[in-house]
Amino acid sequence: MKRSMFSVAILGFVLAFLYIPILLVVVYGFVPNGISMSFFDSHGAFVGFSGKWYQQIFTGHYAVKSLLQSFWLSLTIAGLSTVISCALGTTAALALHRWRDRLQSIHHALVYTPLIMPDILIGISLLMLFVAANVACGFWTILIAHVTFCVSYVAMTVLARLQDFDDRITEAAYDLGAGPWYAFFHVELPILLPGIVAGGLLAFTLSIDDVVITSFVNGAGTNTFPTYVSSMTKHSKNLPSVFALSTLMLIFTCALVGLSKLLTARNQTKLKGKAE
Amino acid sequence: MNNPLRSKKAEWFLTSPSFLWLAVFFVIPAIIVLAFTFHGHDASGGVGDWSFSTWRELVDPDYPAIVWNTIRISFEVTLWSIILAIPCAYAIARMNPRWRAIVAGSIMLPFWTSFVVRVFAWKTMLHPDGWLQACYIVFLRFREWLFDWLPGFFQQFLVWTGLATAGHVDPATSTILDSETAVVLVSVYSFLPFAIMPIYTAAEKFDFSLLEAARDLGAKNFYAFRKIFMPGVKQGIISAVLMVFIPAIGSYVIPQMLGGTNCVLIGNKIFMRAIQNRNIPHASALAVLMAVSVLVPLGLAMWWKHRQDARDKKRLEAQTARLMTNDGGAES
Amino acid sequence: MANEFLVFDHVTKRFGALTAVNDVSFSINKGEFFSLLGPSGCGKTTLLRMLGGFERPDSGRIYLEGKDITDLAPNQRRVHTVFQNYALFPTMTIWDNIAFSLKLAKKPKAEIEEAVDNILEMIRMSDHAWKYPNQLSGGQKQRVAIARALVDRPQVLLLDEPLAALDLKLRQHMLLELDTIHDQVGITFLYVTHDQGEAMSLSDRIAVINKGKVEQLAGPAQIYEAPATRFVASFIGDTNFFHGEIVSVDGDYCYIQGEGFPQIKAYNDKKLSVGQEIDLSVRPEKIRVTLTPPPPEKGASINVFPSKVKDIVYQGVYTKFWVTSSGLQIQSLKPHSRFLLDQEPITWNDEVFVWWHPDDGYMVTAVD
Repeated sequence: MKRSMFSVAILGFVLAFLYIPILLVVVYGFVPNGISMSFFDSHGAFVGFSGKWYQQIFTGHYAVKSLLQSFWLSLTIAGLSTVISCALGTTAALALHRWRDRLQSIHHALVYTPLIMPDILIGISLLMLFVAANVACGFWTILIAHVTFCVSYVAMTVLARLQDFDDRITEAAYDLGAGPWYAFFHVELPILLPGIVAGGLLAFTLSIDDVVITSFVNGAGTNTFPTYVSSMTKHSKNLPSVFALSTLMLIFTCALVGLSKLLTARNQTKLKGKAE
Repeated sequence: MNNPLRSKKAEWFLTSPSFLWLAVFFVIPAIIVLAFTFHGHDASGGVGDWSFSTWRELVDPDYPAIVWNTIRISFEVTLWSIILAIPCAYAIARMNPRWRAIVAGSIMLPFWTSFVVRVFAWKTMLHPDGWLQACYIVFLRFREWLFDWLPGFFQQFLVWTGLATAGHVDPATSTILDSETAVVLVSVYSFLPFAIMPIYTAAEKFDFSLLEAARDLGAKNFYAFRKIFMPGVKQGIISAVLMVFIPAIGSYVIPQMLGGTNCVLIGNKIFMRAIQNRNIPHASALAVLMAVSVLVPLGLAMWWKHRQDARDKKRLEAQTARLMTNDGGAES
Repeated sequence: MANEFLVFDHVTKRFGALTAVNDVSFSINKGEFFSLLGPSGCGKTTLLRMLGGFERPDSGRIYLEGKDITDLAPNQRRVHTVFQNYALFPTMTIWDNIAFSLKLAKKPKAEIEEAVDNILEMIRMSDHAWKYPNQLSGGQKQRVAIARALVDRPQVLLLDEPLAALDLKLRQHMLLELDTIHDQVGITFLYVTHDQGEAMSLSDRIAVINKGKVEQLAGPAQIYEAPATRFVASFIGDTNFFHGEIVSVDGDYCYIQGEGFPQIKAYNDKKLSVGQEIDLSVRPEKIRVTLTPPPPEKGASINVFPSKVKDIVYQGVYTKFWVTSSGLQIQSLKPHSRFLLDQEPITWNDEVFVWWHPDDGYMVTAVD
């Protein structure tokens, strides 16, 4: 068991390593001085925590106006690209699952390759496309880029879910008189929904977090939250408000995940209760 | 076939959206990038005529050094990530299922904070007045001592590969921010979860009673770990290597924000050429180089896996054949 | 042809180099419980899938009540399938599963409710209407799958090895249940199975299928007692084969001479003549094994072979004997009525007599 203790120690160290920056994000959201990023004044005396960055965010202060704008743009693009990539990814997964011909082996390579390419290559090549096609970069080019790299993730997630999908269930639907559309919306979609939701969540996370691809195709003046933050200088006096906003996001996602866990747990006990 | 599930029409209907999208926004751009490398660039930031000038200019001593640095740093990041990930995955897989889910979840939790914001947090931590700077100086002094202790030809090799620099540490000018160390540190931080997860998934399926059996047969703990556990999670380690190595090669944000001018990787150079200098052909050529540095190890990994699979299959067949003949022998 | 209920007319289906169904023609009567019986890979499931609309024959037609349904899509034919693994919709309750086809047909709500409630009553699942399929046992799922396929009263109900996933006890119970349901609804059942016991106990008629061909189409008793081919004889139950040539004919009987055994007398119902090669099939339960020779009043008209017991397997209801006689392996089934008949127990290596009546042997053509 000595070996086990050693590995647990490493695990503890790694967890600390992973969480210290996040702790810092939370703490620095309360820093009083945005230029020195310090809780102490020039004499070394403790000044205390400040809630002014949160206040700026909630009141939509002019200092954080472009930060909030970029944040809303990120949410819009992430939402739209999630919806589009879920549609494209689900059809792709269905096709890859049902047919095993030449077309699908090419299709599979097409869907798979973006996953193994560094995202900067997707960024640069899309930029080249827009340069060659003489398209001005902006909202739409960002959206296209995000859909392009999200489709593969959604397709692979749904495809994994389809592995346990029994095709005879679809056959049963046809057999009982359903057409392809009815069978899809009433039988297949409800079964695949958890997979599509998982893929969609992944797509949303990737989209809202992407900085590399976006910085190639955003054009001048269109900033998502990550590109806006990365364009800030080291001592931008807005840095604490970025941290504050990130803390809020973290709390929001944690609450959402906690809530969904609670709901599924409740559903399960309810189902169990019904079964007895 | 009148099976509506498998009709050709349905196949086209389901295939075309993603197929066309990826053809237009993934394949065609790749072809354009490749085509641009055979063009010169003009002064106004556009693409010039067909020529080999771009590839000739890549010989510029700057570029090979950058490509080499990128590959070397990616190796370092991958190595550290795997070294840390294996014991972590082992520790998580040995926990009881409830703790396992919680700890595995908390490995992924940092992803719910924006990547850029986390890098910014590191930037704040790596401030020249911070405690990490003090650690960095100690680390540099140790490395210097180690370097001086090594034989001369080894020193030359380390300098030549870029793993170490000659000369003495000056605490006043050596800052951890804008250093290669910072880039490696934060890259490991960012990619570590990607290394832990595949190894953990493999370890979860691993039958730990095998370790006990090995110990029972007299194997030392570490020997059993190395000879039984490591081969058991081999596939997980391979995917972990790829999951870290590929984004490390394509790394752009971390060296940009933490490496300063001391650590410029291909990614930064591509961005610089494409956006700042508007030298589209050069950016394209660098992108092709990056794709090659990703595809080569990937191809090697796939070839190796293929060979292993073939070998396993052969072994199985031989075993079955032996069993069959044994059976025959028992019968007659 | 057109006035028959369900007709397969020279149907052929190939998958690549494999001919799954080879020029098959037969017809099924209305209201019949009809079984397709054969080993796995014999083409019976392909026949079923063609009728369901999931495969299209390469040649030949399928008629249902005089209408050519060969090219209709599955959702255009009133033929429903009970799948081997049930294929219930996991996201719907039992009630919604059963109501599926009625809702699709846009039946009035009251009518749907009545039909679903009635059929739930029939399969005794009314208490489980609001459960989901994964909350049911195998047998319950099976009943729901049958109810779902029956609720809108299809022209034919197809059952694809519906009992294969159940354990033995449940299977026997479901056999009775299926029989009852068939009697209640009066719909034509087409039942696919590789289990001869299931087919025998349920069917009005059975088509035995092998390598894409119908080997025999008849009632259960006829298939067992008068197998048309060597394959049918060996696939349905156990049997002893004696391969030989007819050496003489004596009225309704003939004598068969094969390698390594004395002449066997058999009933010559096929009116074969001297010199023809045949296989004689004798079912094990028709062969007696005794320590003493058969009573003299049976006379010389029966086949008697002195033999030696090689192996005995006790099987509860009866005991199975393997005996050898002049190098011939014969198996026989003996019911446990030792005390009634006041017989000595037979054990290994005993010298015994095996005997059977010539009428109990059945000649099948030698072609396999």
